[in-house]
Amino acid sequence: MTTIFDKLQPLAATRQALLERGADFFNTVMERIISPTEAVVDGRRTILAGTNNYLGLTFDPDCMDAACQAVRESGTGTTGSRMANGTFAGHVALERELADFYGCRSAIVFSTGYVANLGMLSGLTGPGDVILIDSDCHASIYDGCRLSGAEVIRFRHNDPSDLNKRLHRLDERAANALIVVEGIYSMLGDRAPLAGLTAVKDDYGAYLFVDEAHSLGVIGDHGRGLAEEAGVEERVDFIVGTFSKSLGAIGGFCVSNHPELDLVRYASRPYIFTASPSPSIIASTRTALKILRTRPELRTRLWNNAHRLYQRLTEMGFLLGPEPSPIVSVRLQGKEDALAHWKKLLERGVYVNLVLPPATPDGGALLRCSMSAAHTPEQVDTICEAFASLREAAGSAQQPEAGLSS
Amino acid sequence: MQSYEDILAQLYEILEPLVPSGRTLQEDTDLVNDLDLDSMRVMKLLLAVEDSFDISIPLNILPHVRTVKDFASQVQQLTGEGQ
Repeated sequence: MTTIFDKLQPLAATRQALLERGADFFNTVMERIISPTEAVVDGRRTILAGTNNYLGLTFDPDCMDAACQAVRESGTGTTGSRMANGTFAGHVALERELADFYGCRSAIVFSTGYVANLGMLSGLTGPGDVILIDSDCHASIYDGCRLSGAEVIRFRHNDPSDLNKRLHRLDERAANALIVVEGIYSMLGDRAPLAGLTAVKDDYGAYLFVDEAHSLGVIGDHGRGLAEEAGVEERVDFIVGTFSKSLGAIGGFCVSNHPELDLVRYASRPYIFTASPSPSIIASTRTALKILRTRPELRTRLWNNAHRLYQRLTEMGFLLGPEPSPIVSVRLQGKEDALAHWKKLLERGVYVNLVLPPATPDGGALLRCSMSAAHTPEQVDTICEAFASLREAAGSAQQPEAGLSS
Repeated sequence: MQSYEDILAQLYEILEPLVPSGRTLQEDTDLVNDLDLDSMRVMKLLLAVEDSFDISIPLNILPHVRTVKDFASQVQQLTGEGQ
C-alpha cells in the first residue's frame, strides 16, 4: 500500500547522498551574523557572497533604528491580514511612498515577494485568460500562474521574436494577454530585452508585467530597475518587486497606473488570507527606500564590486552568465563538480549559492554569487582568490576541467 | 485540420531520437517513464513539437499528457483551434 510519504523517499535518498559527500548545503547554518557580508559558519568567519543583499542595508543603523522604534511603538506583529485586522498607518504610508517613487497611481504591499507574484497573477487573471511567461521566470511566477487558473504559455527566454510568434497564434486573444518577464533574471543575472519585448507587446495591445525583484535599487538612474533603464516605464502595466533584496527586509509590492490595481486587493487570496507585514518590516523598508533614493553611491559601489568579480572570474577562465551583473554565476556541467567546489569555497571562508537542476536554466549547475555594495575590495579579492584556488586544485590534480570554459 | 494519424507520425519522428535502444515507440509509450525524460528534456521536447506544428502548448495541459496517444490528441486539438 502506498502512503502520502512515498513521494518524499527519492528526496531522502538524494539528501543522504549529499550528506555522505559532507555537503549539507540546504541546511547551512549561519551561527552568527556579523554584518551584511560576514557570518560565522561551522565556527569559521565566512564572507557572504550569496545574499542578494545588493545595497547592504540589513545592518544600516537608520533602518535598524526605525525597526526597533516601530516594535516599541506598534508591537512585533500585526497578527492578521489587513482585511480582517485592519491596515496599519505604516502600510498606507509605504504604499504611498512606493507609488511616488515609481510615479505611479497606486501600490499594493504584500507579505513577501513570492506572495506578491502569487497575489498579483491570481488576482489579475483567471480561467479563460492567457498568460505568456518567459521560460526562465521564477517559481513564484509559475506558481502564481497555476493559482490563477489562466492558460499559461511559455516563450523562449529573452526572445521577443518567439513572443511575437506566440502572440500571433493567439489571434484576437492576444489583446487581452498578460506577458510576464523579469528585470534581471535571478540565476544568471541577465537582463530582459525590455525595449524589444515592449515593442512586441504594443503591436498586439497586450499587458506587460515586470518583476524587478533583482533590479530594484540595482539599475536605472534612480534605481527603479530595468523599466527605468530601458526607458519604457510608461509602457509597463504592472511592476512587481520585493523588499527582501536591495531593501534588506522581507515583503513585496506591485505598482501600476491602472486604477483597477486597487481592486486586486479584493480578488487576491494571497493578499486577503495572509498576515500583513509587521510594523518593524514596514519601518525599515520605508527607511531603506529613502536611502535607495538618496544614496546613489551605493549603486556605484555595488557595480564596482560586480564588475571586479565578473572580470576576475572571466580572466580565470570560468564560464559565467552572459553579461556583468551583481549576480555572478559560475556555470558548471556536473552536479559533482559543483558540490565539491561549493564545499571547497566554504572551507576557504566564502559562502555562495549552490544551484542544481531543475532550478537552473539549462540543466547545468551553478555556483551563484551575488555582490553587495557592502563588500569591501578586500572581500572581493578574497572571493576571487577562493575561486582561483579551485582552478589551481583542478590543474594540480590534472583533472579534466569540467565546467570551466578553457 | 491534420488527421490524428498524420500527427502521430510527425510526433514519432520528433520522439525517435529520444527513445532508449531496445525500445520501440507506440501509442501507449509513457513519455516520462518509458523514455526517461527529466523535466528539462520534457521542456525541450515541447519546444520542438511547438515549432514543428506551429502551435503553443499551454502548460496547463501537461498533467493530462502521459502517453504518446495523449500527446497526439492534445496536439490535434491545438492544431484544430488554430484553423
